[in-house]
Amino acid sequence: MEIRELTCIGCPMGCALTVEMDQGVVVNVTGNTCNRGKIYAEKEVTNPTRIVTSSVMVNGSSKEKMVSVKTASDIPKTEIFAVCRALKGVTVEAPVKIGDVILKNAAGTGVDIIATKNA
Amino acid sequence: MKNYDIVIIGGGPAGLAAAVAARDAGTESILVLERDKMLGGILNQCIHNGFGLHTFKEELTGPEYAGRFIEQLEERNITYKLNTMVMDIFPEKVVTAMNREDGLFEIQAKAVILAMGCRERPRGALNIPGYRPAGIYTAGTAQRLVNMEGFMPGKKVVILGSGDIGLIMARRMTLEGAEVQAVAELMPYSGGLKRNIVQCLDDFNIPLKLSTTVVDIEGKERVEGITLAKVDEKSRPIPGTEEHYECDTLLLSCGLLPENEISSQMGVEINGITRGPFVNESLETNIEGVFACGNVLHVHDLVDFVSEEAALAGKNAAAYVNGSREENVSGREIKIVTKDGVRYTVPTVIRPEFMNDTVVIRFRVGGVYRDCYVSAYIGEERKIHRKARILAPGEMEQVVLKKSDIEAAGDVCEITICLES
Repeated sequence: MEIRELTCIGCPMGCALTVEMDQGVVVNVTGNTCNRGKIYAEKEVTNPTRIVTSSVMVNGSSKEKMVSVKTASDIPKTEIFAVCRALKGVTVEAPVKIGDVILKNAAGTGVDIIATKNA
Repeated sequence: MKNYDIVIIGGGPAGLAAAVAARDAGTESILVLERDKMLGGILNQCIHNGFGLHTFKEELTGPEYAGRFIEQLEERNITYKLNTMVMDIFPEKVVTAMNREDGLFEIQAKAVILAMGCRERPRGALNIPGYRPAGIYTAGTAQRLVNMEGFMPGKKVVILGSGDIGLIMARRMTLEGAEVQAVAELMPYSGGLKRNIVQCLDDFNIPLKLSTTVVDIEGKERVEGITLAKVDEKSRPIPGTEEHYECDTLLLSCGLLPENEISSQMGVEINGITRGPFVNESLETNIEGVFACGNVLHVHDLVDFVSEEAALAGKNAAAYVNGSREENVSGREIKIVTKDGVRYTVPTVIRPEFMNDTVVIRFRVGGVYRDCYVSAYIGEERKIHRKARILAPGEMEQVVLKKSDIEAAGDVCEITICLES
């Protein structure tokens, strides 16, 4: 039986989680105060993922020089830098609306990059 | 002079939520004054996610969270002025402001909501020895440069202070290709949220050095290196523990200060601990009809709680201007006293007559406490006794008091919030 201590990043509560694992399989999660914590713990010890956020340059907007973006869903932690590299030098044309796809299938993760700001 | 029922100073998360709630409570004439070129305040540069879990039940980025409230403001046709700086507020609720279109102008308000937010403690307030070269930024300035202006402040970075913005910027600078060598924290615990230590430092193997500070900054034109040293329990550097780092940039994340210059000038009494106004259960300051909410009242870690607090201020301001508020016939006030680890509370006074069914008492603790109880005494009687696994100064706590409990307690004049083992 392997025991891992984690801090949940699901929300700012930051619950202290204890995960019991048996040969790579999660058998029990304690310390979580909601179901989000259980899901996070199970993912974190098997396939940790993160949402990646960044900003890209925007052309032709009267108010903004940059528009903030995020991965439409979480991506494997190991792909964070690949996604950031894929965003280097990306420039978009205004108008941009929250939710618009900025980059399809970022770094082959199958996840799109979407705008989080109107510009 | 123009007249408005409610004038809100600041168009960030607090000002936006206050405006929306005041309109929904029936006040037509509302004006929001914002000094930046856009609404949304600090959220515009907080491009990371984790906002809105309480308010919208989903995880949003800062600009998305602000966008939701800006949309609500626009839907309600609430008037706002951008690029407008408030110079003065007089106790008679006359607001003096200026911008390029209107010049200097005055507004007569019936109620004022203070929602100016806070600003970062700069190097000048930190007494760091060494030269004054380029390359020293507050974390928030760096955040704005990277996320909104498209500039990288430097390539090799050391961060002093482990407040949330410092932690977030450690990750952000790393993702943009900089090498963040360490985050130093003067205190023996971090000032930021635990989750930010996990996902901003641990994820990228950035060391967090507790009980450590900057003792020297080198470089005449540009930062060339800094020296960190361990500190003793009185925060004095310990000789022989110095570590040298070659770097071109030092980011400072050493605390936030509510921006209350215009509040104090108008006669609003300021709490020396929070550096925000003293307020009662209605979030009203010592000046009748002047309310405060958000980071100008006390620094929050969660925008969701700012919105909640600001909505209450907006609703109370609306009740004040439309005369639906009852008279405080008895003039009765119950003081909220803190002891044993509780540093402050907001509010500090409850007038039972004005109370809703419940009142949220927000507070912070003065150190790290494990396995203790958060207690609330109404008079002598303990009404709340809640177990907490860990309490830390970086995380705001709250207790919710019931009006029925306070009424049942009869003629008490004190409520005590404390920690018990």
